[in-house]
Amino acid sequence: MATILNPVDAVMVGFGWTGAIMAQELSDAGLNVLALERGPWRDTATDFATGFAQDELRYMWRHHLFQNVADDTLTIRNNLNQEALPMRHLGAFLLGTGVGSGGVHWNGQIWRFLPSDFQTKSHNEKRYGKKSVTAYDLTVQDWGTSYDELEPFYDQFDKLCGTSGKAGNLRGAIQPGGNPFEGPRSNEYPTPPMIQTYAPTLFGKAAAEIGRHPFPHPTGNLSQPYINPLGAQIAACTYCGFCEKFGCGNYSKASPQTTILPSLMRKGNFTLKTECEVLRVELTADRKRATGVTYINSAGEEFFQPAEMVILSAYVLQNVRLLLLSGIGKPYDPRTGEGVVGKNYAYQTMSSVNVFFEDKILNPFIGAGAMATVIDDFNGDNFDHGGLGFIGGAYIAGMVTGGRPIEMIYTPTGTPAWGMEWKHAAAKNYLRSFSLSVHGSCMSHRGNYLDLDPTYRDIHGRPMLRMTFDFTENEHRMSDYLTDRAAEVAKAMNPREIKLNRRSGPFNITPYQTTHNTGGAIMGDNPKNSVVNKYLQSWDVPNVFSMGSGAFPQNAGYNPTATVAALAYHSAHEIRARYLKNPGPLVQV
Amino acid sequence: MARPDKSKSPQERAEVTQPTVAEPAALGVGVNLLRRRLLVGSAVVGIGGVTAAAIHDGELGGPPQTISGSVPRQQGTADAPPGVSGSEYIFFTPVEVAFIDAAVGRLIPQDPVGPGAVEAGVTFFLDRQLAGKFGQGDHFYLGGPWPKGTVEQGYQSRFNPAQLYRAAITAIDKYVGRTFDATVFSGLLAEDQDKVLKGLESGAISLDDGVDSKTFFAMFLQNTKEGYFSDPIYGGNKDMAAWKMIGFPGAHYDYKEWVTRHGERVPYPTVGFKGRPGWREI
Repeated sequence: MATILNPVDAVMVGFGWTGAIMAQELSDAGLNVLALERGPWRDTATDFATGFAQDELRYMWRHHLFQNVADDTLTIRNNLNQEALPMRHLGAFLLGTGVGSGGVHWNGQIWRFLPSDFQTKSHNEKRYGKKSVTAYDLTVQDWGTSYDELEPFYDQFDKLCGTSGKAGNLRGAIQPGGNPFEGPRSNEYPTPPMIQTYAPTLFGKAAAEIGRHPFPHPTGNLSQPYINPLGAQIAACTYCGFCEKFGCGNYSKASPQTTILPSLMRKGNFTLKTECEVLRVELTADRKRATGVTYINSAGEEFFQPAEMVILSAYVLQNVRLLLLSGIGKPYDPRTGEGVVGKNYAYQTMSSVNVFFEDKILNPFIGAGAMATVIDDFNGDNFDHGGLGFIGGAYIAGMVTGGRPIEMIYTPTGTPAWGMEWKHAAAKNYLRSFSLSVHGSCMSHRGNYLDLDPTYRDIHGRPMLRMTFDFTENEHRMSDYLTDRAAEVAKAMNPREIKLNRRSGPFNITPYQTTHNTGGAIMGDNPKNSVVNKYLQSWDVPNVFSMGSGAFPQNAGYNPTATVAALAYHSAHEIRARYLKNPGPLVQV
Repeated sequence: MARPDKSKSPQERAEVTQPTVAEPAALGVGVNLLRRRLLVGSAVVGIGGVTAAAIHDGELGGPPQTISGSVPRQQGTADAPPGVSGSEYIFFTPVEVAFIDAAVGRLIPQDPVGPGAVEAGVTFFLDRQLAGKFGQGDHFYLGGPWPKGTVEQGYQSRFNPAQLYRAAITAIDKYVGRTFDATVFSGLLAEDQDKVLKGLESGAISLDDGVDSKTFFAMFLQNTKEGYFSDPIYGGNKDMAAWKMIGFPGAHYDYKEWVTRHGERVPYPTVGFKGRPGWREI
């Protein structure tokens, strides 16, 4: 029997980026805010100090900061005809847990989506015809919001992080040195771009020579010290090369810990409970209002926490599962196309090109999570797709996140995976090779979705989430085209040889690809096509808000974090401006 | 929407009013210290390769905490790496050591270019990994049912890594006994050992006792490279020789002055968490 606690104004379910942003904003508005985090407390000095943070075995391969799938995992299959089986070990994506969650062990790659990315359906329909958005059973949609609407909130996140970069479009004027394809920015980046090491510099020169438009990747690894509007100081990055999968010991990577928590944790009207996992959102009998959440702590004690507002701020896969477990919104049925919860699950379509030099010493261990020179010429609708047979695109990055030797040794085509030949290739090429990353979009598809597994259960006895996903023909065509464009830049660098790692075959859960899972709680302009409105408010239960990349109706060719943060700030702004005065649906249909 | 009651302070309005770590503070501190061993002097200690604390690392398992009013950092604590100690094998039997030495010696052989896996201490690394939490399947979901699944669905064994290694070594020696003129893998000529390893890698060799050869080989090769290239605190990468071979200088903290020195060799000596030869012994 759950113990009933005193009510709060707002409860956050999960305490990563969106939980911290919403808690900061809603406590600023005077609300009594509680955050429930299933994992432990984590702070820089204790949990990832510089003396031991750069430990490839412990963090990358033994998953020390990640969700432990022994307690909770999901089941996976490629299509409806297969039996979904549990992901028994993390692989393709590395799920977060604990305070800060994925915001602790991300790379700090800060991108805005293109204006046209928010109108995937209507934009492509207009330019390429109706078939372009329905071919291959695609189910792409418009977002119900726009770049212009979100721009002030992208800007707010840049200021929070102190993002290092060079604007390419300031209020409509194209700027030299930046990304000429980006949407207009209201402000220059808060700090200048990172200085590039050898390999990204070579990439930039070669890309410019063949007529592309290279620019420095915007980074949450800071080029210089910065004090953000909340008074938190972030340090200059030292290029140690341990960002993704690791916590930053140097206070140089934007994370909830470095940007928000120093301010938020001091507030009297904010409380955090760790090791407390929310089991479900409780609803009134008519299912039109949430009364609070039921959670269980690590001691096995169960509580009911009454709340006026419930903010689902866990990772996309948890948010969608909580919606399904709580009966909020109609579950999606891929056979009929009806229902919305779980619909349009998407991912990211990744490939790469390895570049090998004979005599250039690249020192790949000098790196940072977003330290790269990039071209955006073939992303979104920045190029003519006429006759190509796909929509979407990718950025191509000459990127050196680090040179961690278990993960990041590249060997030429034909090299065996072990034996003397492998060892000699590793010894010869480690300092002289790097990889171009092709970071591609992933459109939504009728058969790709999330629901509850009929067989497997977590340690609390709840059904696991079931993921049904595969790359579609649209994604394969896009990825092949983009990998060829990356190879052009690679060849223009005049290396000894290159190796193309194409995205081929069905989606495989084992090799790491990227932790950019999207969809399942998608946003839109009406309840028939979406789970939440443009303020991330549930159409069905208006005092429930679902944060995160679950709101993406399909995924663009960029890293999602800045868009996730902008959507959260947009939601918080509207809650503060309108909802608190008059709780109820923020969009009428 | 309940409006915040302005007649009360935020603390009074909050359900939990303590300014710092509230719910059982004493318990919280005590257990935290157990999990996060004091980082003094040589931080890297361990009990026979098994981490000292019996608590689940990182996720569920620590006591619940209620935190309000400040960051609950405790001075003098750190989540230091577990490391390993000792020199005797505690997981592998002598027969298993013979198999592992022979096999990792083929996966990464010794020559003047750089160390072999045996010389780098990979067998000892694997012993401590399999004796510890990794071997027991920490961070693996092993619940049933256990259909074989597709290639794309990844690891689908009921075995934890320690069980898989134990079963696989026995099954591979059985296969060798019925296929070659030898009783165990370690007794084969190097070229026959390579043939067996290739057969496991491709899945062409079927093993008894529920061992999927490809699954085992993939884990074994990965773990071998981990032992070869991880920090020496875990028992492999002896003298950081594998890092020296490729030119990785170890986990240095600051490369700023080398960022723009394109094409130059960084002259920093190779260093691990416990330092390097030349550092004064404490």
